[in-house]
Amino acid sequence: MAHLEFTPNLAKLVDCPAGEHDGASVAEVFASAFVDRPRVRGYILDDRGALRKYIMVFVNESMIEDRASLSDPTGPTDRIFVMQALSGG
Amino acid sequence: MYLVATRKGLFTVVGGEIVASAFSGIPVTLVLTRGKRWFAAVEHGHYGPKLHASDDRGATWAEVGSPAFPEGADASVNTIWALERSSGGLWCGTIPGGLFRSRDDGATWQLVRSLWDRPERARWFGGGADEPGIHSICADPAEQATLRIGVSCGGVLITRDDGETWRTQSEGMTANYVPPEIASDADIQDPHCVVQCAAEPATLWCQHHCGAYRSVDGGESWQPIEVPPSSFGFAVAVHPHEPDTAWFVPAVSDDMRVPVDAKVVVSRTRDGGQSFDVLRSGLPQAHAYDLVYRHALDVDGTGTRLAFGSTTGSVWETDDGGDTWRTVSVNLPPVYCVRFAHEA
Repeated sequence: MAHLEFTPNLAKLVDCPAGEHDGASVAEVFASAFVDRPRVRGYILDDRGALRKYIMVFVNESMIEDRASLSDPTGPTDRIFVMQALSGG
Repeated sequence: MYLVATRKGLFTVVGGEIVASAFSGIPVTLVLTRGKRWFAAVEHGHYGPKLHASDDRGATWAEVGSPAFPEGADASVNTIWALERSSGGLWCGTIPGGLFRSRDDGATWQLVRSLWDRPERARWFGGGADEPGIHSICADPAEQATLRIGVSCGGVLITRDDGETWRTQSEGMTANYVPPEIASDADIQDPHCVVQCAAEPATLWCQHHCGAYRSVDGGESWQPIEVPPSSFGFAVAVHPHEPDTAWFVPAVSDDMRVPVDAKVVVSRTRDGGQSFDVLRSGLPQAHAYDLVYRHALDVDGTGTRLAFGSTTGSVWETDDGGDTWRTVSVNLPPVYCVRFAHEA
């Protein structure tokens, strides 16, 4: 399972512990994480389901390319990081 | 008691003193202090706008449901820009121009599709913000099914059937930011703020981008008002019992958003806009560059106590209708909203 981890700044606002999730894409990993913590979705995705403008997601060392539908592939050994951009605060 | 929502937190003022704070360091764009449950709109720069509620008059806050556009609307809430309570529930206006309704005291919100799906909405455009937004919601105290909203830029709209149908209600308003041939077009007006007299709901006041207006027929028509020293500004408040009494906080113009002559004044009329008192006692009269946003002026239920806050973090209050003002603070973050606590 992929490892999903959120910026500590987000954890101050909403419960979002790191965890292991199944999924062949960032969207699927997120969907798995949102099952138990649906409120997290609104913090990192907008109403269209796209990544919020000032959120960055990395799969290992690479920033994802598909910010609209989060189709970047993920594998069972990948580490996914949800970070906040330096801009937008 | 009133709340001051700012760029970096929410502050409670009692007896002229700041007695409590919440959401330290976080933008709070709006508060609703009407009813047993209060609401605060919190705008995380990275994480989007969220609503919090308080069931103990602001002592503690907890996140509740936030309005969100449904799938297929092809929009996302950027700013929570209006909150109001009516006998029919809670209403929330957003940027972009969505109106949401909650019938479960903020747990869940539904987009008012009848307004969102109006073809005329395609003609709305942003004023200040990149996208159009709903900033004023007037729930008619005399007619439960009647609601008026102000849209920048989209004019004033009314529903008389609890949100089933809407029509634009901006007759008399004039815009100077479009070609003269369409200056009176109802759908492109920019009312900065619309308020309604609680005791006389047929009277509404509007601070518009291009001047001030009053309506005495429930918004069917609007008459221009000349406000000294300038008819430009954002905020307006109306006396809850005296429909002819209203307060404005003027600035120079849309391209010079500072007080006239760098002197903060409040302009009050008691005769429906025929004449004004320019009130300045207790307000800074030299090198003051405070701008007062549309939600940052409020009057309490008595009509004698008012408070307002500015972009430079000043807050002033009065308990004599504005004849004399006291400084509460000059050190707060930029002020977005000031709201007196209403009796539950």
